[in-house]
Amino acid sequence: MIQAIAFYLFAGLVIASAVMVILSRNPVHSVLWLILAFFNAAGLMVLVGAEFIAMLLVIVYVGAVAVLFLFVVMMLDIDFAAMRAGFVRNFPLGLAIAAVLLAELILGVGAYNAGGLELSEATSAAAQMPGESNIEAIGRLLYGRYIFLFEVAGIILLVAMIGAIVLTHREAKPGARGRQDISKQISRRPHEATVMKNPDVGQGVEL
Amino acid sequence: MNEFIGIEHFLVVGAILFVLGVLGIFINRKNVIVILMSVELILLAVNINLVAFSAHMGDLVGQVFAMLVLTVAAAEAAIGLAILVIYYRGRGTIAVDDVNRMKG
Repeated sequence: MIQAIAFYLFAGLVIASAVMVILSRNPVHSVLWLILAFFNAAGLMVLVGAEFIAMLLVIVYVGAVAVLFLFVVMMLDIDFAAMRAGFVRNFPLGLAIAAVLLAELILGVGAYNAGGLELSEATSAAAQMPGESNIEAIGRLLYGRYIFLFEVAGIILLVAMIGAIVLTHREAKPGARGRQDISKQISRRPHEATVMKNPDVGQGVEL
Repeated sequence: MNEFIGIEHFLVVGAILFVLGVLGIFINRKNVIVILMSVELILLAVNINLVAFSAHMGDLVGQVFAMLVLTVAAAEAAIGLAILVIYYRGRGTIAVDDVNRMKG
């Protein structure tokens, strides 16, 4: 019973916040609603016993992606009110497409529920052993059978990181404050950087 | 799961989230940032489905795959926002209606 209440709470909140993400006028509010949606989706995943993915969702999405969105939204100084101008015109079309898609998906679930397709007997070699925690089981799979997929995921992240840096990096103008001249820095010698002074008592130092 | 909540409930939640993401792309056609957020919602719906099926079938591969989807989603958000930033630098606006630079 308690699981059902928790499920409906999480599910209701995740859908309500998704609605607010696409409807709110201010993109900053959209990002905040998105964070709420991710939290509730993590709750849904905890309910079915996928704790590791749930925690990953909170760390990666709420901690990194949502903050990235917030940065960009606040960095770009844009009149967002003008961007809503086509909203009313596009609304009926979008609503029709959404209704068709939703009907299709619910029909699919109904068909599955009414018997579905028996493609194979569901006996999986990658099941969670009794007494083994979720994270142990995932680690066993991830560092065993799926080690190459895991490494490819790392390469994808590396490419994304380098790509984002290359795209947004701006070379500072020569002579601008904070600009580094690497060859000047490494060719600097101690005798030109430091001086010895022996001031008299009560006298200042001229540098 | 118990007798109240089955796999279908999770699939319906995933379906509604997916549809909301698609709807968000259509009704916010001018605002790229909200479009990117809608794509994130779609990927979240995919993840919910993967995890629900993983629990339903007792097969952890679904959760491994959800992790990979998460990775790709993060990379996509980073690259998309970077492109958005340089686009804004060049044009001073992020309206996608008049993106015609590649037309020649």
